Amino acid sequence: MALEIPKVSYSGKIREIVLGKGDKAITVGGGTSYPFYLFEGQMPLKPRIAMEVYDSPPDDWAPTALEPFADVAGDPVAWAKKCIDTYGAEMIALQLVSTDPNGENRSAEEAAALTKKVAEAVDVPLIVWGCNNAEKDTEVLKKIAEDCAGRSLMIGPVTEANYKQVGAVAIGYEHTVIASTPIDINLAKQLNILLGNLGVPDGRILIDPTTGALGYGLEYGYSVMERIRMAALTQEDERLQFPMVCNLGKEVWKTKEAKQSRDEAPKLGDPAKRGVLMEAITAQLVLAAGADILIMRHPESIALIQDMLNDLLAA
Amino acid sequence: MALSGIEIFKKLPKKNCGECGVPTCLAFAMKLATGQAELVACPYVSDDVRAAIDEASAPPIRTLTIGAGDRAVKLGGETVMFRHEKRLENPPGLALVLSDTMDDSVVNEKLSKFKYLEFERVGLILRPQMLALKEESGDAGKFAAFVKRVIDQMDAAIILMSDRPEVISEALKVSKDKKPLIYAATNDTAEAMGSLAKESACPLAVKGSGLDEVMAITDKLLGMGLKDLVIDSQPVNVKKALEDQVVIRRSALVKKVKQLGFSTITFPGQLTDNKMKETLIASLLIAKYAGVIVLSEMEGHNVFPLLLASLNIYTDPQRPMAVEEKVYEIGGPREDSPVLITSNFSLTYFIVSGEVESSRIPAWLLIKDTEGLSVLTAWAAGKFAADTVAVFIKKCGIADRVKHRKLVIPGYLAGMSGELEEELPDWQILVGPREAAHLSAYLKQWSA
Ligand code: SF4
Repeated sequence: MALEIPKVSYSGKIREIVLGKGDKAITVGGGTSYPFYLFEGQMPLKPRIAMEVYDSPPDDWAPTALEPFADVAGDPVAWAKKCIDTYGAEMIALQLVSTDPNGENRSAEEAAALTKKVAEAVDVPLIVWGCNNAEKDTEVLKKIAEDCAGRSLMIGPVTEANYKQVGAVAIGYEHTVIASTPIDINLAKQLNILLGNLGVPDGRILIDPTTGALGYGLEYGYSVMERIRMAALTQEDERLQFPMVCNLGKEVWKTKEAKQSRDEAPKLGDPAKRGVLMEAITAQLVLAAGADILIMRHPESIALIQDMLNDLLAA
Repeated sequence: MALSGIEIFKKLPKKNCGECGVPTCLAFAMKLATGQAELVACPYVSDDVRAAIDEASAPPIRTLTIGAGDRAVKLGGETVMFRHEKRLENPPGLALVLSDTMDDSVVNEKLSKFKYLEFERVGLILRPQMLALKEESGDAGKFAAFVKRVIDQMDAAIILMSDRPEVISEALKVSKDKKPLIYAATNDTAEAMGSLAKESACPLAVKGSGLDEVMAITDKLLGMGLKDLVIDSQPVNVKKALEDQVVIRRSALVKKVKQLGFSTITFPGQLTDNKMKETLIASLLIAKYAGVIVLSEMEGHNVFPLLLASLNIYTDPQRPMAVEEKVYEIGGPREDSPVLITSNFSLTYFIVSGEVESSRIPAWLLIKDTEGLSVLTAWAAGKFAADTVAVFIKKCGIADRVKHRKLVIPGYLAGMSGELEEELPDWQILVGPREAAHLSAYLKQWSA
């Protein structure tokens, strides 16, 4: 009995986007089928993982998450280098949490100076992520774009509230924008249209669909990503044919269960393995939904995902 | 696939007698096609026609139940490839492997852990439901005794694993009332296993290398009149495992391939020796259509995240998840602890309670019924209006549990604080942060 596999005919393709520059530049996207459905399409460029680096020493991390970086936690440059030299990071994501006006409220100048130092110290593509306060991010990302002119950073989150200002500097100083919308396919498309109208070249847009952690709303982002991929590949919705970024490490590791000790949660097994699995499963699920770039924290979760990617994309 | 009204009409007796409750056969056919009537209402349909219509209107993926007790697992009945198209119906059963060559003490330890792994979330109990009992001793009597011992000790949906019909036959003698899944009929044993499944009225798994072989076996079993089947295509790697799951689901839904219209059983542990990776493969199989996932190990750190994945993926996207309206105590609050109020959208509850917990400041969290809507949506829909909030505050009894009269409302609802103060004259209304992430800082500076 020979089965004829019912195949989906895809008419669209995910845009290929070059990240960073020079020898270590990376290209993502290019998919012509649902993620890993290699029996009916191609995924020529594998999804990539950026390792997180924080701009100030973490104060409330699970011991498991902090342990690999304990010796570099106060020094973002050393931290970034350790990610590359020790853990083989192919990209870095600098999380600028200390710029948050509700927190340390560090200035745009400080953030830009730090970003520049990190950018000079690493040769892999660099993502720079603000504090999710649109007003402050505008100021911070503008300054960074200017001070790091020509370094081809990926900057975000760029939202409906600040796309004009941040989009304009991204065009002028040659950076890629991470277009961020709150778990909504229509808003995602709309923002990409607006960025296009503003003049941001199509080769410099990435989608951040907003990612929730496993057990904390993961399914909302998951379904929006599936719908974005469906529209991009089968309905030729060209304003959705951009690679997707999931900033998931920080979401997972702030959950209660990723942090609880064995005493606090005896039923939840080994805290170290639990945290790693929660991060890796979140990553695995968003990959299945269409992620092209993952921002992750723990070297072990990253290694597990690399292993899965190799298996899923094996020739 | 369901037949169209016209197709059904062609098979009806065309007497237009009206005994079915509608005036004509055509009207009845239309009702049948949309599921508003049942075929039994017409007394004149022949058995052949009934069988033909039943078969044609059966769901493309057979629904079946494994096990009989509290932990019985319902599978199948799926109608979509993507959860946003409607919803995924029946979450996969997670099974732990136990072998009849394991020491009694090991089995006992594993069983007590299995029982212990039970988690409450959004008012649901999440727990693994299945035990896969594997014959490795080569001894039918020993295996049957092992099955009996496990069944006596633990209420779980059972999978009987052996390639030998005579071993399964012995084991069924002690377990068939529990409706175990028989694993598995192969090309060589299809007839013998098929007969055992038929006699015992237990579901049967089909094991073939690759989908072509699986289809040949299911075809044979369908021919024997068996219907409650489960498929194992024995993929050789992760990539193939994903492909098989997608192809099976799609063939059943899109092409109505009846030999593949069944749930699947999967063994991520056959694809790796690394337990962490096994868990990741299992998570992918949860998202991509597996019916049963057999695991070589169950510990809190792998089972809990997998149960969460299953809960997330199988949540009905059309129905928001809600938690119960009540006063939640976080971290053992006292009479001078802060009082916060928010909506009963489960995600809101999880995030807010998680942040409060991690702040290590004990607090009273009042969850108001907003029909599962988030704060802003609920407010816009009138489900978080000052008057209804006031009614809830009065009836929930928080006033008897704290000395102070300060109520923290979500930052996004700052606009309603005046109105709320009018409704609750004894209370001082404080506006909390907009984002839950800032709760910890907020609570640390709070004082009664
Ligand atoms: S009872 Fe049967 S024969 Fe009579 S009208 Fe209804 S469908 Fe037709």
